[in-house]
Amino acid sequence: MKHIRTINKANLKQTAIKGGCGRCQASCQSACKTSCTVANQKCENSK
Amino acid sequence: MIHKYKLNGYNIVLDVHSGGVHLVDELTYDMLDNVNPPFEEKCPENIIEKLSRFYDRDEILSCYEEVKELYNEHILFSDDTYEKFAKYSVAAPLKSMCLLVTMDCNLRCRYCFAETGEYGMKKRKLMSFETGKRALDFLLENSGDRENLEVDFFGGEPLMNFDVVKQLVMYGRSREKDYINKHFRFTVTTNGILLDDEKTDFINREMSNVVLSIDGRKEVNDRMRTHINGSGTYDEIIEKYKKLVEKRKHQNYYVRGTFTKHNLDFTNDVLSLAEQGFKEISAEPVVAPAKEDYALTERDLPAIFSEYERLAQAILVSDKQGKHFNFFHFMIDLDQGPCAIKRLRGCSSGNEYVAVTPDGDIYPCHQFVGVEKYRMGNIAEGKINSDIRNEFAAANIYSKDDCKNCWAKFYCSGGCNANNYTYNGDIHSPYKISCELEKKRLECAIMIKAAIAAEEQQED
Repeated sequence: MKHIRTINKANLKQTAIKGGCGRCQASCQSACKTSCTVANQKCENSK
Repeated sequence: MIHKYKLNGYNIVLDVHSGGVHLVDELTYDMLDNVNPPFEEKCPENIIEKLSRFYDRDEILSCYEEVKELYNEHILFSDDTYEKFAKYSVAAPLKSMCLLVTMDCNLRCRYCFAETGEYGMKKRKLMSFETGKRALDFLLENSGDRENLEVDFFGGEPLMNFDVVKQLVMYGRSREKDYINKHFRFTVTTNGILLDDEKTDFINREMSNVVLSIDGRKEVNDRMRTHINGSGTYDEIIEKYKKLVEKRKHQNYYVRGTFTKHNLDFTNDVLSLAEQGFKEISAEPVVAPAKEDYALTERDLPAIFSEYERLAQAILVSDKQGKHFNFFHFMIDLDQGPCAIKRLRGCSSGNEYVAVTPDGDIYPCHQFVGVEKYRMGNIAEGKINSDIRNEFAAANIYSKDDCKNCWAKFYCSGGCNANNYTYNGDIHSPYKISCELEKKRLECAIMIKAAIAAEEQQED
């Protein structure tokens, strides 16, 4: 494409289908103790 | 829904419901102000007429085709198909626990939301091994099929009760053997004052993550993070932190600071920590009532926004110089991040995550400790209040009116329930300042990814 460049997989919808296993960490258990960021977490579903 | 913005010379478009991130030229950026689905086969004449004042007709036509193509691929103007999943936002097994092994602290940091460990409860306490043990048992018994169980030793200052921390880690390890697939991930958050070689080695051996509190530059740290006699702490902790981080080979830790109205130039604090050799750095906006002289208010937002932009640019410069470091709130994985289901309700406080006090009282998270309305029970009772649990389990981005139509909803996941309660008295009502800060951080985080992608393309 000449005008637009997509820089990622844009796969959020696919993750909803197989998601929700609950293996990933709770967000506040890391550096973030007073404000919420979720997008910096990893998916831990290796199954 | 899309969100588009310009930052650091990039035109960035986020397609909210697919998570697609697009770098676009000026023409596309302007065209996106004028088009919306459903798309006609050919570019409508009124759009051509409007844009042809600035752009060539053929370019406009080809741009329209590209926009239409991405729409047809469901990565631009994609539909919101998630609300149906939110209906299943029900109570889940417990998997994380914040253990307040002390409600006491050896420091008197001026901004402490825990009120120097007392959490407004006017009593200083240490958790007994027996209470901690019951808490770990409670976590195991209520964890269903969850395999990784996270336990954060928190306070007050947890190293003031380190013998109990050690006993609890050993107890947890012994209980893992009773199950086929249960594993404790212990973490600790400390102010560093009591760190010595023995504690450092134990932490590095047993803790999957460690959070080391420090605010950045010496003068900034020592203004807020003080001993009971008012003296600063920087000189005491900096070398201890370096040693600890060195010994754990720079893996799985954060040096974590708090910024206030007094250091709105907090990029200098992050850079100061980076210059000291730390690679994993966090700086959080202070949580404080507006009456405090150090509190952040709406009037500070423009300055903080500029500062986040400055920090993002500084990170790109450091990367180019081969001096990479991570800033916690700019870390974002655009491909392998959490699934959409996880993003519906974020941290899961009060549901998958609870905090336990030295008395065994259970709260939705450490920031709710002392709020009687949200006391969920006591470890000794072996159960928690299901009404409160259900309320938190059901709190998701579709149950919060302000979040439903926000472009950042899949990245902050409805914000911090504790912030919402503290400032607005309702876990469903996002705190505006937190929202604005989160959105700015996300714009910066995505811009960094865009810059890296653009750089890689140039190299190709």
